[in-house]
Amino acid sequence: MSSDAMAIHQGADVGSRPWVETLHGWVTTVDHKRLGILYILYALLFLAVGGLEAMIMRIQLMYPHNSFVSPQVFNRVFTMHGTTMVFFVGIPVLFGFANYLVPLMIGARDMAFPRLNAFSFWLTAFGGFLLYFSFLGGSGLYGAGNAPDVGWWAYAPLTSRAFSPGHSSDYWTIALLVAGFGSIATAINIIATILCMRCPGMKLSRMPLLAWLNLVMSGMVLIAVSPLSAAQIMLSLDRYLGGHFFDTQAGGSATLWMHFFWIFGHPEVYILIIPAFAVLSEVIPVFSRKPMFGYPVMVGATIAIGFISMSVWAHHMFAIGMSSYGNAFFVLTTMAIAVPTGIKIFNWLGTMWGGRIIFKTPMLFCIGFLFNFLIAGLTGIMLGSAAFNWQLTGSYFVVAHFHYTLSGSFLFGIFAAFYYWYPKITGRMLSERLGKLHFWLFFIGFHLCFDLMHIPGLLGMPRRIYTYEPGRGWDALNLLVSIGAFIQGIATLIFVANLIISYFKGAKAGNDPWDAWTLEWSVSSPPPAYNFAVTPTVASRRPLWDLKHPEDPDSRYE
Amino acid sequence: MVQKHKTEWRVIVSRATGILVLLGGILLAAGLCNATAPPQNPVPSIFEPRSTPAESIRDHSYFVLAITSLIFLVVVTLLLYAVVKFRDKPQNAGREPAQVYGSTQIELAWTIIPVLIVLVLFLATARVIHAIEDARKPATAVEVTAIGHQFWWEYRYPALGVLTANELHVPVSDPAHPTPTFLKLLSADTDHSFWVPQLAGKTDLIPNRVNHTWIDPHQTGVYVGQCAQYCGTQHGKMLLRVSVDSPEEFAAWVQAQKQPANHDDKETAGRRVFETTACINCHAVDGTNGTGRFGPDLTHLMSRDTIAAGAALNTHENLRLWIQNPDAIKPGSLMPAMKLSDADLDALVRYLETLR
Repeated sequence: MSSDAMAIHQGADVGSRPWVETLHGWVTTVDHKRLGILYILYALLFLAVGGLEAMIMRIQLMYPHNSFVSPQVFNRVFTMHGTTMVFFVGIPVLFGFANYLVPLMIGARDMAFPRLNAFSFWLTAFGGFLLYFSFLGGSGLYGAGNAPDVGWWAYAPLTSRAFSPGHSSDYWTIALLVAGFGSIATAINIIATILCMRCPGMKLSRMPLLAWLNLVMSGMVLIAVSPLSAAQIMLSLDRYLGGHFFDTQAGGSATLWMHFFWIFGHPEVYILIIPAFAVLSEVIPVFSRKPMFGYPVMVGATIAIGFISMSVWAHHMFAIGMSSYGNAFFVLTTMAIAVPTGIKIFNWLGTMWGGRIIFKTPMLFCIGFLFNFLIAGLTGIMLGSAAFNWQLTGSYFVVAHFHYTLSGSFLFGIFAAFYYWYPKITGRMLSERLGKLHFWLFFIGFHLCFDLMHIPGLLGMPRRIYTYEPGRGWDALNLLVSIGAFIQGIATLIFVANLIISYFKGAKAGNDPWDAWTLEWSVSSPPPAYNFAVTPTVASRRPLWDLKHPEDPDSRYE
Repeated sequence: MVQKHKTEWRVIVSRATGILVLLGGILLAAGLCNATAPPQNPVPSIFEPRSTPAESIRDHSYFVLAITSLIFLVVVTLLLYAVVKFRDKPQNAGREPAQVYGSTQIELAWTIIPVLIVLVLFLATARVIHAIEDARKPATAVEVTAIGHQFWWEYRYPALGVLTANELHVPVSDPAHPTPTFLKLLSADTDHSFWVPQLAGKTDLIPNRVNHTWIDPHQTGVYVGQCAQYCGTQHGKMLLRVSVDSPEEFAAWVQAQKQPANHDDKETAGRRVFETTACINCHAVDGTNGTGRFGPDLTHLMSRDTIAAGAALNTHENLRLWIQNPDAIKPGSLMPAMKLSDADLDALVRYLETLR
């Protein structure tokens, strides 16, 4: 009797739950899975905005002396593009996947501090909204507003009140400060979760590599984001309370800001790329049907990257006139980071070697990643060689190089993550056909755009110029680069369409569509709010392999 | 026009393939240098250096490109081989391959070999850094102080008593009797970067900091570059021109620059406009009451080929337009529109055109 009534009540509830309640549920949620999804959707929103800004720049640069936008608008657009992509796409999307996956993969029911988790998401979210509010509030509505135009690294003294009147730089500063606190809190949360909430049997040496790499990434966030936050506070003091840290007109130091910014900025690129490494370390084994080759070395290499990345920042500053010894030191540290990074590439290759490689979309993106990241690493060696760097830095060669790492590598890794875990998150498979179209179109567009972009840099074209002189050999190249950028834009639209269409029409995924080995695939798709009805116990790095192959379990070899 | 476009395409395609082939692993050094090199090459390619620092960097870059290309070839071959050889085949469906967990020997190998490569690259780089950065200044060197402004360049030759803007003149340097130019780099406002790719790599101009760089061009001609550190609204049109003169030409140029301003008595009307409007707040002309220092010195304005830091040729029409509406040439530059009557404007331009 009572159970009947309950069933009826539940049925009515599903049909007519008011949208306000659903919205309220999402806004007040402390569930790591929902927060993960919020982070990811938020990042997708800003990916669209940042992508649009990229398109504006590429239209402007299609022809020399083009006047699609004014220099003022162009400068705002590249500032907003860089800031958005790094702080409001890169960091949220990697935190989104970390949030969603880490507890599931280590057999926990939630993050260590669920409410802190929600707090940091909303901090990050409001950081982004604050940045974009500058379009209205930068000079006030009567000043017609404007966005910051100081570049995403905001070198002093461009940010001082003499050169940046109004409030646009303040929006930039405060947005990053607020989002930075969110990042620090999330990093603490991930570290606490991984250290304290692993299920029985999951020793650190048995953790999925994704958890390991996110642990290292979180440690780096703690160390790297703190100096950035400190610098933002110092900048605000300069602008409003008469501090003179970076105010060169009053004896402050422009290079001090550079040091503060890049001791954040370089670890930052590894903060972004390590979670992409994490995705590869999960996807490549499953689609090669082999365990990760050299798991301990993989962990060691990640930790080494974490440490070394803290000592390389001044390679962004080879042209500021450091002494030859200073320059040589940063050449050595920068090149040293190639060793653990190379180890990683070889270990992924070792995982594929002798395997049975299945070319589903997630694996295609991983292979694309390997190819792109190899080139990114090699152009990185060229840039790391200070003498060569004096020609390359500040030119389009650098722009091409870091888009190879962020678009060609980080984004490829994130796309792989979308195709791989979308079934777990939504219970539906993404369309393979649209996925492959997305991959090939993006791959071709990417290479048309960023392969050719190296060359104007070698021919003397600096970055951040709103237009250029004809006849310097840059014209046709820039046109082709722009076409490549548009192709990537179309490919991204296909991806978004795939996300939406498959949500309603995709094939049912089931618990374990990829025949994978980590714990998240042992629960339903999407997982229940409590994740695991019974806390699992693991005996090896691949608990589901042990389950599927009782005759030959991993636990026998570990 | 069509013909010009065609040749440009051909030049670009040849360069692009050249560089891609380099990245692909084959040294086409000589080919790339000699393939296209008209005497006055407008393309500021780092692979066509005309001065020792740029040449050492070019040679070093070939070495780095060769090593990285080799690594690229090896790893891509392995990747492609793995992708083709170990792809899923229908006959293997459902069968799991041998589960291999790692191999200490192999992993040691791919740790130690990269370490050795890194050491070699580091030592090679350190040598070039030392050679360029710690080069001694010979007694015969020309000394120039370059000051970056939003958005133009000021050049002072303290030993020669010359002050000019935007177009740097230096003597050609004969390797047998080197007369290199040593530049002291300062900034009046924000960060800038001095970059003439065919002469040397970048060095930033940073406020409250003194930087140095040097060039010793081996071939006369005009070399172009531009500011390479974002410095504000018109960073894009803060262009650089370096005129490398024969020793005689250089001496003559210095002599001409040291002359007092040429005051033509016929143009007193234009001079009066200059001296009685806001022009003098920012610009200086020797022998007038104009002593401003925020903008370029105009004493020998007509000796320069360009105005607005290289953004426009120094023609009558451009000069007039620049004074009337700077935004038409360089929107966002710090030069205000002077809002002069047509008569005053014409008089002023006529006056400026006497400043040879």
